[in-house]
Order: sequence, then C-alpha cells, then structure tokens
Amino acid sequence: MENNQKHIIKTDNLSIGYTSKKYINLIASNLNIDLKPGNLVCLLGKNGIGKSTLLRTLTKVQPAIDGDIFINQKNLNEISNSNLSKQLSVVLTEKLPESSLSVFELIALGRQPYTNWVGQLNTKDIKIIETALEETNTKHLMQAKYYQLSDGQLQKVLIARALAQNTDIIILDEPTAHLDIHHTIETFTLLKKLADKYGKTIIISTHEINLALQLADELWLMTPKKFVTGKTNNLIENNQLNNLFSSSLIHFDKEMKQFTISKSN
Amino acid sequence: MIYPINSYHKTFTILTISLVLIFILNISLGSVFIPFKQTLLALLNENTKNDAWKTIILNYRLPKAITAILVGSGLSISGLLMQTLFRNPLAGPFVLGISSGASLGVAILILGASFIGVNITAFAYTNWGLAIAASLGAFLVLSAVLLAAIKVRNTMSILIIGLMFGSLTAAVISVLAYFSSANQLQQYLFWSFGSLGNLTWHEISTFFVIFLIGLLLVTFIIKPLNSLLLGENYAKSMGVNIKLTRNITLISTSLLTGVITAFSGPIAFIGLAVPHLTKLLFKTSNHKTLIPAVAISGAIIMLICDSIAQLPNSEYTLPINAITSLFGAPIIIWLLIRKRKIY
Repeated sequence: MENNQKHIIKTDNLSIGYTSKKYINLIASNLNIDLKPGNLVCLLGKNGIGKSTLLRTLTKVQPAIDGDIFINQKNLNEISNSNLSKQLSVVLTEKLPESSLSVFELIALGRQPYTNWVGQLNTKDIKIIETALEETNTKHLMQAKYYQLSDGQLQKVLIARALAQNTDIIILDEPTAHLDIHHTIETFTLLKKLADKYGKTIIISTHEINLALQLADELWLMTPKKFVTGKTNNLIENNQLNNLFSSSLIHFDKEMKQFTISKSN
Repeated sequence: MIYPINSYHKTFTILTISLVLIFILNISLGSVFIPFKQTLLALLNENTKNDAWKTIILNYRLPKAITAILVGSGLSISGLLMQTLFRNPLAGPFVLGISSGASLGVAILILGASFIGVNITAFAYTNWGLAIAASLGAFLVLSAVLLAAIKVRNTMSILIIGLMFGSLTAAVISVLAYFSSANQLQQYLFWSFGSLGNLTWHEISTFFVIFLIGLLLVTFIIKPLNSLLLGENYAKSMGVNIKLTRNITLISTSLLTGVITAFSGPIAFIGLAVPHLTKLLFKTSNHKTLIPAVAISGAIIMLICDSIAQLPNSEYTLPINAITSLFGAPIIIWLLIRKRKIY
C-alpha cells in the first residue's frame, strides 16, 4: 500500500490570494499538497509568485480563497489558534519590534502554548528550552539581548524559539534571506538535521535553489502555469525545474543539478 | 542549568523600602510644620501633642499620599500597556489623547449639563458620575486611536493622530465652556489643574475599587503582552487571541486612566516617562517584572512630585500637573537626544 503513513499537511484544490470588499486578488489556485511527516520541504518560485501567500495561508494568518487545508487530518478551519500553536510553529521574515528581550526569554516565549496564565516555566519547559539552545548551538548567547545578535545568530535563535514550541511542523519564510553563504548553509543543515533527528516536518520558502536541491527531501515548485510537488530527485528527472523560470536567460542542467546561464549561439 | 531569568529581588527590595520612606516623608511635609516623630505617632493612631496635627495627618495628608500612589502607579501601568500595544515607545495616556478623552467626559458632565438644558448636576458631582464619564471618554478616544493605529502602522502617524484627537477634544471642551456659566467653568478649570488632595476616605475607597478592577484585568494580559513583544503574527502563532488581548488592554487602561483623571484631573507625563525610567533601571521587557516595577516607580515619583508641589512649610500649593510636566518633559527630551535605543 502506498499510503501506509498518514499525511501531515494536505490541501484540496486550494486557492490563495487576498480578498477586499471590491474584488478578489487570486494569486494561485489548484494547489494540491499531500505531505508525509519528517520531510524537509523547500518551496521554490520566482519573486512575487505567491510563496509567502501560500505559507501565510497554511499557517492560518490569512484565509484561503477556496479549497481545504488539513493539518494532521483535521480541517484547518476547525483547529483553534491555541490548538494550532501546539502543532505548527513559524519563523517569519518580518523585523522584530524593538524590545530588550534576552535570547533566553525570546526562546522561552515558545513555551507559551503550554504554560499557565502568567507564563510560569516549569522544569519540563526549562529542559525543552535547554534542548532547543543546544540543538541550535546558541547556548552561549542565552544571556545576550536579541538586538545584540548578528543576523545569522538571530536566525538560529528564532529557530530555537520554534523548536521550544515543540510542534510537529515548522514553517519558515525565507529564513536565509539576509545571511551570507556560511550561515545559509549552516541554517539549511540545521533544519535538515531537525527533520531527520526529530521527524519534524519543515517547510521553507527560499531562493537557494542549489542548496534546496542538495538537502530537501521534497520540493514544491510554484510556476506561473502550475504547482508541482514531489521528491527532489523525481522532479529533477522529469525536467520540472526548467519550468520554474520561464526565461531564455537560464535553464536547468540535469547533469550538474543546477541552473546555468543559457549560451546564446 | 542556571535559570537566567533575573528575579530582581534586590532592586525590588530597594524600591519598596524607598517607597515606604518617601511615603512617610511625604506625609511629614506640608504647609503646617509637624515634627517627624509626631507624624509617626499619628500614623500609628497614637495621640499626638496637638490634636489638630493628628486630624491633618489622618484626614488630609494620608488620603493625599494614598491618592498619589494610586495615580502614579495607575498612570505608569497604563503607559506601559500602551507602549507595548502600540509597539510605540512614545505612547502614553497623555500623548495619545486618552487623558483628553477623560477630560472630555468630565467636561460634558460638568459643562454640558447646561448645554443640553438638562439638570444632571446632582449626578455630576457624585464620584461615580465623574468616574464613569471620564472612563467612557477615555475609552472612546482610546478606541478611536486604536482603530486608526490598526490602519496606520507608522509610529509617527499614530502619535500625530493621538495629538489630533487631543486637539479635537480640546475644541469640543472650548465650545462647551463658551456656553457654560462662570460657576461651572470655575469648577471645571480647578479640576483640570489636577489635584491629589481633597479626596475623602469614602472617595478614595471608590477610587481604589475601580483601580483594583483595572489592575485585576491587567494580570490576565501579562502573558499575551510578552508574546506581543515579537509582533502580532508571532503572538498569533503562539495561540494568543489578539482581539481579546487588545480589548482587555483597552478596557483596563480606560478604567485606570479614566478613574485617575476623574479624581485627580488630567496628569501629564507620568504614564510616558515612568515606564522608560523603569526599563532603564531593570533592563528587561518582561511584563511580569515590569508591571510591578512601573507600579512602584510610578508611586515613588508621584509622591516626590507631590512633596515638591506642596512647597513644604509655605502656604502655597502648586498645581500637580505643572510639576509632573516639569519632571517628565525633560526626561523624554533627554531620552530622545541621547540617541540610544528606547523601547
């Protein structure tokens, strides 16, 4: 049987976009996802194609225009925010508002779905925070204020916060947008490790196609024509990556597993 | 593992001892000279050498000092809540026009009576009447500013909108004042100077009950306010009910600012300056620490301002509003000029 493992995220003919009083701005439609747990997924697509909109819809930040989303076999519309916060955590691109939170306090906020009404941490919470600090290699930073961190350190701390939230799914919107190549690779390998070691389902939108091809278990390709999901190697074999950029400037080289500049003869 | 959340026991102990000392000092000072030892005797309800002294202390100075504590801590907590909710370091009850809203409520009650032609004077002068009118006025303006803040994310714009609401309410009050009798006008004017004194024990108990309700509501939003430090989207992803949190913050700040403004007049700068001074001292953004910390600091600073306003051993009392502005405005200017980050 093919489906011996249950899906963790599934969508049925999902349409995403923005609604206002006057009109509906449809960004993408007919999105069908059937994702099994424990995979590192990279969402690829050119700028403005709707990657962030898809992630925002999956995380219930904005409503779907049409179609259904199922998280752990339950319709997203029927999952309360507090329940969802125990199944799905996020790392966002937006700048944090100014505050003097310490790294430890910031990561500890991830325990909020589980703590009592004043947010008291118990020994189990502390232990989970400690694991998050160790997994992301940020323990030496825990006393620092978050605004003292470099972009690379901050990204690890934000991932640690999501880890502390102890959810099956972590969704990250362009986690490596501001990072140099060293920190980008570090972040990707960290996420891959978390998917493999803890069986977490990790979804990231990214422009790091070469890294995605090397590390991702599964790719979601958003092209103007259609939305394709599948195992990384299958998509390479089927020439699906060539559709990503409808441009004569670059094409995907199957042998080298990367995009190269098209030679104009 | 070392638990790196500072509980600030030492700072809290020092602050609390300072509060008690300044409280006693505040009571021992006033237009009538009363020896320090006699002050303590009166406070312990022992007989003093001069019976008048005991009356002055128990029926005038003690209620005034308690009012100062309630006003100082309430305004400071309101300021802190607004700074977090608006994600704006310059938010405060006065800057955002909330105090003006409360003033409008009181003005409509005192001045508007003749304007509408209905005699509600009897109701107007009861404490509940003033408190309800001021809280409603505060709530109205705060909701309007918040509605604008949801649409306009820009920090500067929100502050300007708050100022505009302040101007609007001031204009309405001017119109009301134009049609009022000299008697009503005087009543309103004295109220607007701000005053911590003249409250009977009965009035203070009314004040205290509403203050406690506001404070009780605040305890329910400590946790969501902390997650709001990461922004609304993160807070939502951690299961926080943003709407509920915003509403509770609105209601508790309206209650606190409303009741304070009703009983003591519009008092400027405490709500804006005290949270910043406290954050400098505690170097934390955690509301579990900050809320009690700003409450104690606010009380201390209000007591100091009141002691100065008394001009000890003289017959004069300065308007408390002038003293808090003289203290608060330079602090804000200093904080901004220093060019260090303020939160």
